[in-house]
Amino acid sequence: MARIQSLEMRGISKSFLEVKANRDINLSIHAGEILGLLGENGAGKTTLMNILYGLYLPDEGDILVNGEPIRLRGPKDSMRAGIGMIHQHFMLVDKHTVLENIALGFDEAPFFFPHRAIRKKIEQLSDQYGLRINPDKPVWNLSAGEQQRVEIIKALSRNADLLIMDEPTSVLTPQEADELFEILRKMILQGHSVILISHKLEEIMSICDRVMVLRKGCLSGEASIEDVDKGKLAEMMIGRQIAAAYDKADVKPGGTVLDIQDLHVDSDRGLPAVRGLSVQIHSSEILGIAGVSGNGQQELVETITGLRQPLKGSVTMMGQPLKHVNARDAHTLGITHVPEERIKFGIVPNLPLYENSVLKQHRDAPYSSWLRMDYPVIKNHAGDLVNSFQVDTPSVNARMKNLSGGNIQKLILGREISSGPNLLIAAHPTYGLDVGAAEYVRKQIIALRDKGGSVLLVSEDLDELFMVCDRIAVMFEGEFMGELTPDTWTIEKIGLMMAGSHG
Amino acid sequence: MYIELLPREKVSPQQNVLFMAAALIAGLLAVSVVFALNGVNPAVAIFYIFKGSFGSWYGIKETITKGMPLILIGSGLALAYKAKFWNIGAESQLLAGAIFATWTGLNWGPHLPAVVMVPLMFLSAFIGGALWGMVPAVLKIRFGINEVISTLMLNYIAAEFVKFLVVGPWKGASKGGYPYTDDLPASSILPHLSHSRISLLLLFLAVASALILGWLVYKSRFGYEIRVIGENVHAARYSGINFFRTSLLLMAVSGGMAGLAGAGELMSIHHYLSYPDSLSAGYGFTAIIVAWLARLHPSYTIIAGLFFAGIIVGGDAIQVSMGMPIAAVRVFNSIILIFLIMEDFLISHRVRVRRKNHA
Amino acid sequence: MLDIIVSVLTRTIVAGTPLLLATLGEIITERAGIINLGMEGLMSTGAVTGFIVSYISGSPWLGMLAAILVCALLSAIHGFVCISLRSNQVVSGLALTMLGIGISGLWGKPYIGLPLPNRMGHLNIKGLSEIPVLGRILFSHGWYVYLSVLLGIVLWFILRHTSLGITLRSVGENPKAAESQGIAVNRVKYYAVLAGGGLAGMAGSFLSTAYSGSWNEGITAGRGWIVIALTIFALWQPGGAFLGAYLFGGIFVLQYMLQPLGISPNILSMLPYLSTLLVLLLFGLTASGKRKMNAPATLGEPYVRGER
Repeated sequence: MARIQSLEMRGISKSFLEVKANRDINLSIHAGEILGLLGENGAGKTTLMNILYGLYLPDEGDILVNGEPIRLRGPKDSMRAGIGMIHQHFMLVDKHTVLENIALGFDEAPFFFPHRAIRKKIEQLSDQYGLRINPDKPVWNLSAGEQQRVEIIKALSRNADLLIMDEPTSVLTPQEADELFEILRKMILQGHSVILISHKLEEIMSICDRVMVLRKGCLSGEASIEDVDKGKLAEMMIGRQIAAAYDKADVKPGGTVLDIQDLHVDSDRGLPAVRGLSVQIHSSEILGIAGVSGNGQQELVETITGLRQPLKGSVTMMGQPLKHVNARDAHTLGITHVPEERIKFGIVPNLPLYENSVLKQHRDAPYSSWLRMDYPVIKNHAGDLVNSFQVDTPSVNARMKNLSGGNIQKLILGREISSGPNLLIAAHPTYGLDVGAAEYVRKQIIALRDKGGSVLLVSEDLDELFMVCDRIAVMFEGEFMGELTPDTWTIEKIGLMMAGSHG
Repeated sequence: MYIELLPREKVSPQQNVLFMAAALIAGLLAVSVVFALNGVNPAVAIFYIFKGSFGSWYGIKETITKGMPLILIGSGLALAYKAKFWNIGAESQLLAGAIFATWTGLNWGPHLPAVVMVPLMFLSAFIGGALWGMVPAVLKIRFGINEVISTLMLNYIAAEFVKFLVVGPWKGASKGGYPYTDDLPASSILPHLSHSRISLLLLFLAVASALILGWLVYKSRFGYEIRVIGENVHAARYSGINFFRTSLLLMAVSGGMAGLAGAGELMSIHHYLSYPDSLSAGYGFTAIIVAWLARLHPSYTIIAGLFFAGIIVGGDAIQVSMGMPIAAVRVFNSIILIFLIMEDFLISHRVRVRRKNHA
Repeated sequence: MLDIIVSVLTRTIVAGTPLLLATLGEIITERAGIINLGMEGLMSTGAVTGFIVSYISGSPWLGMLAAILVCALLSAIHGFVCISLRSNQVVSGLALTMLGIGISGLWGKPYIGLPLPNRMGHLNIKGLSEIPVLGRILFSHGWYVYLSVLLGIVLWFILRHTSLGITLRSVGENPKAAESQGIAVNRVKYYAVLAGGGLAGMAGSFLSTAYSGSWNEGITAGRGWIVIALTIFALWQPGGAFLGAYLFGGIFVLQYMLQPLGISPNILSMLPYLSTLLVLLLFGLTASGKRKMNAPATLGEPYVRGER
């Protein structure tokens, strides 16, 4: 019998510095129920759930279990109360085995020889819920789906009655996602309850019993799943109907800009990540690359932008081969790059905006000579970028880290395409941005194409790819499963290709 | 109740000075406690330290004398630390400079005039320090060896090598049994201001190079790349900065500056190569604190270098007047450094004491 | 000839003991994600504390205990600066070294060169120590030697076979994951730093109360720095610490053995430092070696609780 028959959050508010992440939110859930928590990135879903998991203390509000108020001062309190959480980025120690990960911080793990007791526990749980796993494998050796199973076992072993899952399908293939839902259904039958955080409408409709929608930190809607449809949910989520595909100028793709032949690349672990890939991108063309992340997209992007050494094969830009492993050479050939982890790679947070506005171009005229940086010219250039790409900043002297994510991305994009690139490589350019900023970024990418530029757009957001691309290739385990054009693409086809079947 | 540390968005220049003063005062208080525990009246000791260094013409002149090597080394270290290249090897880069300069002086000095010799000595010392400094850069970039460990090991290796030279192949014929090389010829010696040990040329060199290095870090392309590497290595790779070349170059400059300090000590003070302890006198380590007090701005090492030179001179003074061991200066310096790094954090964070929620 | 070999090996184990103790300490510290470069200073303070307390009380055991305590306290400064204030671990460690050397100079001044009347005793295990050859090499040592071996085995056991070991390793590899399982990450880090400091203190007191039986400035002779390198050499494993400590102990002994052969003592003194670089170089030469130098993932990075 589950200990949590009902759970309620009342009047929850939480701020970080000046940002109000949650404002006066009420939430309730009952045993045997799957509650969908819907909202865009930054709507406050994760913050709310971190409060429920004891990671943050709310500034205001109460949490009640079975009608009794409880205090959650840390994850241990939440676990004791029967709440388990599975984060979007798994909280697993890569170098440790499955067993050691389950044993970490586990009350039932004996001090001496914890491995033995935990092995039994894992076997028992995997029988009960159909969670297959090899307890002795190190985590880095597991697929994303398997890692998620480890997280579920971890939560269940702590007697989690209420399981919070943060974007659980974002790293899964459609087939793996189905398997996950199967497991969740089994859990509910045994009296558990699940809160599913997502921004995928499809998913919410197919598995949840009830849905709550957050927008900009506030609760913007709540309904039983029978009472809503996708359009209605989208309206609650973004405040208006889904935008249709963007307008594009009617230009035909021109000559070949980038030519990749039989490319083989290894990952950091020395495993093959890109296997014999060939593709061409033309001028006035946006090629989208779809696929679950971790299928070699990152390695492909890094190779084209000069950050990674290919094993075999060639990358040719406008007839010039990319020879050395150096981002400078790629830059000189006219390849520009909006990197996936924009804060980690794309900017230097502690330097002022104007110094960030020439990162990479800093060696080019007129920004510097061999010895001296020409800061007046650089500041002018930064000012131009801020104006023409609508970067919201007090001045070009502001430290980069004080800008919001959207404004950081606008500056990076502006910096990369302002010099009139032959080719833009954009990896997940709108991930984590608010709607306005995302739309702006997409429009700039299209504008670049309309002006004759070419773009390679890697994204996990299928809607985005449909809205923007001229052509979509689906990547799976380092190979292209097929290419689709607007007249042939459907969600179903892409879904199958993402799972590894050839188109 | 619990304490929360929140990042501070902006720090005004006044706050900067205020915090640093507070750190120095808190450091002095902590030093006082240690001195008092050791049975020394801290007020008297600290008074004598500053009286010894800044309280008399003699003290001031000695402070400037010891400040010059600290400025030279400290500005070079600040440059390296800007790139988060933790060069702990200034001690041996100084020795490498001194070895090269000694060789040049003994072999060429008798044949060339001072106008040629003095620049030549400094040049060879810079090259010596630079070459020795580039070793850890190569070891780090090509072989992944942590620079803290390699520079430390190189310190010991260079020190033993100098000992080997002065008791062995380079032992001076004119020095009796002592482990010294012969005196450098007159053309390789720097003249002093009267009644002091200050060489004006060396002073000019120290101040000028600190200013030039400051310009390099904040206004040059090299400096831009150094700062990008230091603040975000990933962004450095993304932007195609040549890691190997930049690291090699910055360690050449950093080591070269220490080499210059070695030549300065040799040409102005000692006039011959002797045991490493007497030549470097711990400048290489003290300069680390100098760079930190200067907030890693090479130009500010002019002030920070003189401050710590004062502590050294004052420390010598209390050795004589109060019978305190040289270790007292080390304690003093290290405690000040600890408070400076604590201040580093506190200036970028606000401390907020809150009552516990759900109380 | 056999006699010489037996004598070299016996002395190797003795010379390796302080390296082993302090390396075990640094392994614990680094496993929790904190680099402590202050080992040289801590060992020095441990040496002086151990000597003074042994000298005054007459008990080398009390000296050892005091050295452990004082050095644990001293390393707490490093803990506070690096864990609570999240400051730079490299610079803080250097400051700790200077402080440790300074303090030991200050405290030890009146005791320089005094012989210790009662050094830490030897333990000739009856029966075992009479075994030819091996008996002398393995079973004729002082308490410190056996204790260090025991501590090494205990640490290996803790890391491999206890939940405490899993906790410690996780804190250095992925503190967020540990925190999410309700582990007080920073508290674990503090304990690790304190334990590491204590072991460095024990290594220091071995030098002054068992190895040389007197206190002198510079008694640690750079061993604290070699320990930092040995931790990498050991790949953060207690087993590797045994290997590395005795290997470098052997190099220390060799230094004295080769001197009569007419090789410059200064060149020989370079040996430990040159070999340290050489060993690290050999690791760095191959890609697989580089991969093996697999430091705890968050080594040197401060941990901020609940950071978004």
